[in-house]
Amino acid sequence: MAKVLLKGNEAVVRAAIEAGCKYFFGYPITPQNEIPEYFSKELPKIGGAFVQGESEVASINMLYGAAAAGARAMTSSSSPGIALMQEGIGYISKAEVPAVIVNMMRGGPGLGGIQPSQADYNMCVKGGSNGDYRNVVLAPGNVQELVDMVQEAFDIADQYGILCIVLADGLIGQMMEPVELRKPKERPIPAKDWALTGRNGGKTHRVYNLKLQAPDLEKDNFDLFKKYEVIEKNEKRHEDYKMEDAEFAFASYGTASRVVRTAVDRLREEGYKVGLVRPQTLWPFPYEAFDRPQIKKFMDIELNMGQMVDDVVLGCGDKEKVEFFGHTGGVLITVDEVCDFAKKIMGGAK
Amino acid sequence: MSVVFERSKGLTDVKTHYCPGCSHGIVHRLLAESVEEMGKLEDTICISPVGCAVLALDYFEFDGIQAAHGRAPATATGIKRVHPDKTVITYQGDGDLASIGMCEIVHAAARGEKITTIFINNGIYGMTGGQMAPTTLPGMKATTAQLGREVSLNGYPIRVAELIATLDGAKYVERVAVDSPADVIKAKAAIKKALEVQEAGLGFSFVEVLCACPTNWGKTPVDALKFVKDEMIPYYPLGVKKDTTKEGQ
Repeated sequence: MAKVLLKGNEAVVRAAIEAGCKYFFGYPITPQNEIPEYFSKELPKIGGAFVQGESEVASINMLYGAAAAGARAMTSSSSPGIALMQEGIGYISKAEVPAVIVNMMRGGPGLGGIQPSQADYNMCVKGGSNGDYRNVVLAPGNVQELVDMVQEAFDIADQYGILCIVLADGLIGQMMEPVELRKPKERPIPAKDWALTGRNGGKTHRVYNLKLQAPDLEKDNFDLFKKYEVIEKNEKRHEDYKMEDAEFAFASYGTASRVVRTAVDRLREEGYKVGLVRPQTLWPFPYEAFDRPQIKKFMDIELNMGQMVDDVVLGCGDKEKVEFFGHTGGVLITVDEVCDFAKKIMGGAK
Repeated sequence: MSVVFERSKGLTDVKTHYCPGCSHGIVHRLLAESVEEMGKLEDTICISPVGCAVLALDYFEFDGIQAAHGRAPATATGIKRVHPDKTVITYQGDGDLASIGMCEIVHAAARGEKITTIFINNGIYGMTGGQMAPTTLPGMKATTAQLGREVSLNGYPIRVAELIATLDGAKYVERVAVDSPADVIKAKAAIKKALEVQEAGLGFSFVEVLCACPTNWGKTPVDALKFVKDEMIPYYPLGVKKDTTKEGQ
């Protein structure tokens, strides 16, 4: 298929529809409004439905219903809206119904700002709802990867019965790049025989969220974590960039990693042996990718105050080896800043 | 000997967890019978609330899901949009619907979602132990209003059926009670009518049921039914609040 020039937010819609998503529920919030706007135009044409929820709280609970009904469905929002959705995220996670969320992150906390940010790492990767649960979190670094990951998110959600979050940011949502809509790899996707479809002559379907007996709930949680172990085994993903002979490495994902990539090229031209380890899944986190004794320092670059640092430390096993630089509140990093920071860390080590 | 009464096929054959004298059992039966009589046992999905009826899905022999507190109308919206040919029902108490879930119920009604809501109004939080609800009557005691609801402090009860009836998307709204055999018969007719409105695709239908909670009211089951008749019905008048069907016009 030929490449088309698409804005990130519009690309989300094209990719989701390509993946068979027929239902969208969402509430307006900057910087992702093109997603609900485009869905509202497209879904009625294909026999699906678009509902503008009265709030993010309602929207996520509509998604819970549609997912429990067996449909491919999604919502999108940006940081404060995702915060409001945390209740429903917990319910979807408990019920193990497959669903997809796209978060175009902006600066926080609170109402924060509307400029691009990566400050929802903790909320989305570590979990902002109550209880023991995990969501698969995919971190696209450009519009093509956004398209690929949105499509794949529906398959991952269906394969495991899990909520899959595509964690992008306002910059990826707002920028235009040439993309190709291509089929994701085939996955084993189980039949949704648990879905609320009416009995239709068969068994009664019941989707539970409450377990009053503590041992029953504990068993459910143990089962959840057995599933999470399988996902950790199967789904960890990262990209190495110029890591072959690297003595220093950046750790960065999403929009920040684009700036870092250019910084790696420039520093390489100046003779520095430096590369980039870019996690593409934030949960499960590719810890092993940071287990590299030959790397003298990992330089974690993010658009927040260092929310991924703990994971990089866990990966490399040495907190002395991890340094952080970033901007927060919607301020972007520049290649110059990243290079200056890196040179301070690396000293004269070429 | 002919059978004159039997358990609805819409009910599972289990003991419920409801207290003696609680009205949930009656309303469950009425709903199950209505769904069965309409031939919809195979095609119904019911959303349980958070509250005493959180386990309702275990008592109905049709599909069910437990929603987040107050969000049943939103979850029902998602289900109904996916399965427009199924009968989708929310079953909600007064804390669930009229307090934490007021936003969701109002907007589901305003959108004219083709769902039916059964609203259990007993003026109290049951499951959490008798706290004040938005529908607790003035002067009525609750564990968070120990001297009785003082309207200058706690505000006034909400007449939800009347509120919902103001919304254009709501096509059938009635308030009933289950305090006497005659009222129980009327309650069933209302529930059936509401389901027929959904079946006809007219829009949102709503039945408020005035119910007894002897445990949290601190009354015997008989006295609790008397309280419904003497105290609740005067504040919450029974009857059809809105009927946009042909028969209603």
